[in-house]
Order: sequence, then structure tokens, then C-alpha cells
Amino acid sequence: MKPLRGLAGLLLAAAFAFAAHAVEAPSANKAKGSTADHGKFKELQGPFASGEQVTEACLKCHTEAAKQVMATRHWTWDYANPATGQRLGKKTMLNSFCIADRSNEAFCNACHVGYGWKDDKFDFTSERNVDCLACHNTGQYAKIPGLAGHPPYARMEYPPKSGKFVGPVDLAAVAARVGRTSRETCGACHFYGGGGDGVKHGDLDSSLKQPPRKLDVHMAKDGGNFTCSTCHQTESHKVAGSRVAPTAADPHRPIVRGEQTARNPATCQACHGDRPHAEGPGAGLVGSVGTGTRLNNHARTLACQSCHIPAFARGGVPTKMAWDWSTAGTMNAAGKPFVKKDARGHVVFDSKKGDFTLGENVVPDYLWFDGRVEYTLVADRIDPSATVPINRFGGSPRDPAARIWPVKRFRGKQPYDLAHLTLLVPHTAIPDDTALWFNFDWDKALAAGTAAAGQPFSGKFGFAATEMLWPITHMVAPKEDALRCAECHAREGRLQGVAGVYLPGRDRLEWLDRAGFALAGLTLLGVLGHGALRVLTRGRRKENGK
Amino acid sequence: MSERIYIFKRFERFWHWTQALLIIAMLITGFEIHGSWRLFGFKQAVGLHTAAAWALITLWVFAIFWHFTTGEWRQYIPTLKNADAMFRYYVLGIFTGAPHPFRATQLKKHNPLQRLAYLLVKLVINPLVWASGLALLYYPAWHDAAGAPALGSVALLHTLGAFMMLIFLIAHVYLATTGHTPLAHIKAMITGWEEVE
Repeated sequence: MKPLRGLAGLLLAAAFAFAAHAVEAPSANKAKGSTADHGKFKELQGPFASGEQVTEACLKCHTEAAKQVMATRHWTWDYANPATGQRLGKKTMLNSFCIADRSNEAFCNACHVGYGWKDDKFDFTSERNVDCLACHNTGQYAKIPGLAGHPPYARMEYPPKSGKFVGPVDLAAVAARVGRTSRETCGACHFYGGGGDGVKHGDLDSSLKQPPRKLDVHMAKDGGNFTCSTCHQTESHKVAGSRVAPTAADPHRPIVRGEQTARNPATCQACHGDRPHAEGPGAGLVGSVGTGTRLNNHARTLACQSCHIPAFARGGVPTKMAWDWSTAGTMNAAGKPFVKKDARGHVVFDSKKGDFTLGENVVPDYLWFDGRVEYTLVADRIDPSATVPINRFGGSPRDPAARIWPVKRFRGKQPYDLAHLTLLVPHTAIPDDTALWFNFDWDKALAAGTAAAGQPFSGKFGFAATEMLWPITHMVAPKEDALRCAECHAREGRLQGVAGVYLPGRDRLEWLDRAGFALAGLTLLGVLGHGALRVLTRGRRKENGK
Repeated sequence: MSERIYIFKRFERFWHWTQALLIIAMLITGFEIHGSWRLFGFKQAVGLHTAAAWALITLWVFAIFWHFTTGEWRQYIPTLKNADAMFRYYVLGIFTGAPHPFRATQLKKHNPLQRLAYLLVKLVINPLVWASGLALLYYPAWHDAAGAPALGSVALLHTLGAFMMLIFLIAHVYLATTGHTPLAHIKAMITGWEEVE
């Protein structure tokens, strides 16, 4: 009787499970959990001749969406940092990768959330210029460098003169399937910054589209299956989190649902709190016995990322660790531009761009960081005799807002003006008669780039060694892969170069160790000698009648 | 003919050998944490060291209680009387077969040099290790206080205490063999009974 009843129960459970599954299975056209199937809206049936026409259709219902987007840095590429007073934003900033946006807008601004930004005449006030699909497509949508933020509307050769072709985007089909942002949509730009997969950040690349749990415990399907916006919680299109003005320390408990707070929702602590390791019983009294308490005490010194991201570029996509522009323009024996690849097929030299150093599974550098970042901008004078910092991270050991952070330390070599001592903006990417990638002529490229950037150029230039820091915060490993204690608590450990903390296992007073062990050794020798003498004189003692 | 006297009581012997075990364990794990060698791995070393520390503190609390309630603390009242004789014995007499200048009794179980050495351990080394160790354990509770010493200085004191303990241990283990037979003292520490000539 009993086994039969068990079997019936099992069958019933299976039937329920199947029914539940059938109800939950989303149709291909519906975003998961959405109350609207955009494929059913006649406004989105098309046909659409351009991205702007799709945006106009979106705005018929989402009347405030464009205004919201236009208030964000995704639109303005312009940002005044209240902490430093610096005027930042991709529009004017320098880096040591492709160097600068100015004069190259039609190429670089494929990653702008708009249509048509190819020079300084772009209309930032026109709502129809906002590109809704860039972030809200669910596939089959791509903006191509060179088209000023437009996707291809007709079959075209891409890259130019490559013999390869891309087809037009079916705007009506893409519009019918719009949905929430995803790892793919955010990643379409943020994974490819610096001109290719994984180039810039080191902790963001295409391996995060479908990451295994080992690579990213939050974003993995068999982990949290997070999208970017799960952490980078967005309100009125304003996306939380920034590498230009990051939150370096967040010493608070988790944010409670519904809590009104000015805190950044994208920090680890926003969900995990600042004492995330389980503490044993009696944690308050003799709690220091427990590993959980001891680990929690590390949180006042270390960013979570320092232990929980053991290395970056772990997903099989190498990141650029160095870029030497000074060799750009070098031709092969036949006088033609050429490309060199490493054993695995990754480009390590390109006549257009110079030499690259790639890195995979890179152990980060560590430094004190309080969230304050200062940039070297186009007008700032540099000292080319030393390595020029493209950005500087603030923070010192005594600072309660500073933590030890993992960073990618990227080294560059890039053009600067010998007379004005400023880093220079080259014109590189637009097929014309001055761009470096099409003419291999630095003089022309720098003249055109600096003119567009409104930067004085003496005509004399050299190449300065530069360095740029990137905070490492993605690719969080499962807890079993967090760093072992001795990775840092050791001589020559990961924190070897980090000053301002006494680190057991790393630090000691040389003289005390030497004196202590010497005295202990002498004591040992002394007693051994004394013992040996006793053995040797044993016979004599016996003669004495003992 | 030798006679036997009962010198070390049961608690005393338990205290001695448990303390010996814990101190040796703490020297091994402590110097691993210090970075002098690798044996258990840092995390295990810290766990063992901390657990042994609490065990030793508990033991010390009982031992202090015992010393005062039994009056045994008087065994450590320092005296220089006959200290020179003990010193001469260790340097010379022990090789020539001179008689041991000290005769243990239940009221005086330690020779003058032992008294001094153990008093040093009880009044200097133990408190130094204990206080600096607890300060290290509870570092997060005081590091932000005004005028708090640097963590490095506390660690230095703890290391200093550890070296003193190590040196004491080496000398103590050897001197345990200097009874009228090499194993006489050690047997006494195990059984409680010392053979006296």
C-alpha cells in the first residue's frame, strides 16, 4: 500500500511540475515577466527606415524616456566630478588605449546611446536622436564603428575594404522584441571598450555573457544569473556605479528593500553588508576565535574585491596590459602595413596601433584607494621624464574611507607635445587623408586631432610612458576560490608593496628576528656543549666514587 | 640509600605538562604566523594558535588560583642564598662529580636559580605574551582609540615574548636532565615523587 501511495504522489508532483513549467515558459517574443508583448503594438510594426523612427515610436508611449536618458552620462559623455572639480566624461577624457574621442566620433560613438554624433554639431536636445534599442534590444541589433551610432541600414562592407560584409538590421523585428537590458546589451559596449573584446577593463569581456560559476558567481546561470542592472540598479535611466567616481568603502549593513538611501546600490556591501562572513556563537565575547569574525575584521582594511577576485581576465579573453603607440606606422619589408599575432591568434602588433602586451589570469596590483580619482586632461602639463599617470587614485592607510583595492595597472606609450608638454589627441579612425590608421602619418594625425580637440600643438612630438589604473570589481569568484590567507600573509605575497599596515607573516623587525634566533641558537649550542662535557667527564665522576 | 619524597601534586603535574604542550604548540604555530616557516598553512596556524591561547589562559587562571589557595606561590620567592653554589655546580661541580648543592623538600622544591628563572617566566614572559597576544586578538576593538599604539609595536612585544619563551624552553628542557640521574627530575615531574639522596 505504502509504496503505491508514494508512487502516486510522485506522479502527481511530476504533473504539477510540468504544468507549472508550461505556464512559466515565456514565448520568444516576450520579455520575461513583462506585462506587455511589444510585438503586438501596431506602432512597432514598422517599417522603419532609421533608428530615429523607432525612437519616435517608443516615445509615443514612453513619453519621458528620452528626457531621462538625456540627463545621464550615457548621453552627455560629460561629467563634472564634485570630489575633484574636474570636468570629465568620455567626450574630452584621455586614456592610453585609443587615446581620445575627439575627431574620431563617427567611429568611437558607435557606443553612444544616440544616433548621429559624428562631430561637435550633434544635437544633444533632440529626443529622436536617443537610441532606445542599444540597451533594450534582445538580439540582432548592432551599431557599427564608423556610422556615428547608427546600425547598418543596408548591406555594407565592414570593416571597410576588408571584403567582409554585414547585413542591414531589421529594425521592425528588433523593435517587436524589445526588453530589459542584459549582459549582452551592456556588454556590447562595456565588454569591448578600447577597441576590442576585453581590451580595457580586464574584468569585463565577452566571457561574461554566459559565464561559468567559477568566473562570476553572480552572473553565472548556475549562480545568481544576474544581469548588470541587478547590481547597477537603475532609476529613471540613471545607472548606479562609476569607475570615474567609485565607492571605495561602504562600511554599512545591507540596504533593506524600500529603504530611502543615498548609498550606491552597486557596492558589494549594498547586498552583503560590511560583516558578510558568518560569525560563530559568542561572536561578541570571544568571537575572535572564529574565522568569520576574523575575516569580517579585514573589511575595514580591504575591499571585498581584493580577496574575492583572485585574478582578472579569467574567462579566456586576454586583456591589454600595455600599448606602445610609438611603433605605430612601422611597415613591413614591402612597405605595407601589417599585423603580428601571437601563438593563440591574438594581435600583438598592428601598423595602425603599435605594439600590445596581453594578459590572461592576471594577478592584480593592490593599492590604497578612497574613491577619489584625478585624471590628466588635455590641458594638463606632464613630466615626460617620469611615467605619466593618466589617472591617480587617492587614499592613504590612515584614511577611514580608504581600502586596499585590486587594480589593473595598464602601461601606455603615447604622443605628447615636446613644447607644450601635454598629451596629444591623434586623429585615427575616420577614413580620410589625415587619420593615422589610413595614412600612417603622425604629423597629419596629430594636427587634425589636436585641432578638433581645441588643443595647442607645436608640431613637435615625442612618446611618453604613461600608466592608467582600472579598479577591478567584476569576475567575483565563488567563495571557495577566494584568496587563501598566505597569498598576502607571507613574505613576497600579493600585498608586498602596500605600506601602512602591519601584516603578520609579511612584516617583522629584522634585528629582533636575528637577535632572537641567534640567542636561541646559542642557548641550544650552550646546553649541547654542556651535555657533551657531562658525557665526557662521566668516567672521572665514577672514579670519584659516584 | 635514597629516599622518595612527594614533591609535585596531581594538579601541578597536569598544569605543567598541559602548559608545556600548549606552549610548544604556540611556538610552532606562532612562528608560522610570523612567517618564519610554513607547516600547517596560515589559516590553520592562526586557528590553532588562538585556540591554544584560550586554553592556556584558562589553565593559567586555574593555576594562579591554585598557587594562591595552596600557598605554593611562596616557592617562587626569590633568594640569592646559595645561588652562587648552584651556579658553581652547573659550571664546574657537575663535571667533577661534586654533590648537588640543593636538596629538594616539599617546602622548597626549587633551587635558587630555578626560583629566579620561574619567577621571571611568571612575572615577565607570561604577562608580556598574554597581554600583547590579547591586544593582537582584539586589535579591531582598540585600533581606532586615540593614542593607540601601532599594531607593529604590539606585534614586536609579542615576538619578543615568544623569543624569551623559546630560549627559556631550551634551557629548561636541558636543565631537567641535571638531576642526580639524567631522568630523575623528569620522572619526578611525571610521578610526583623525587628520589633524594
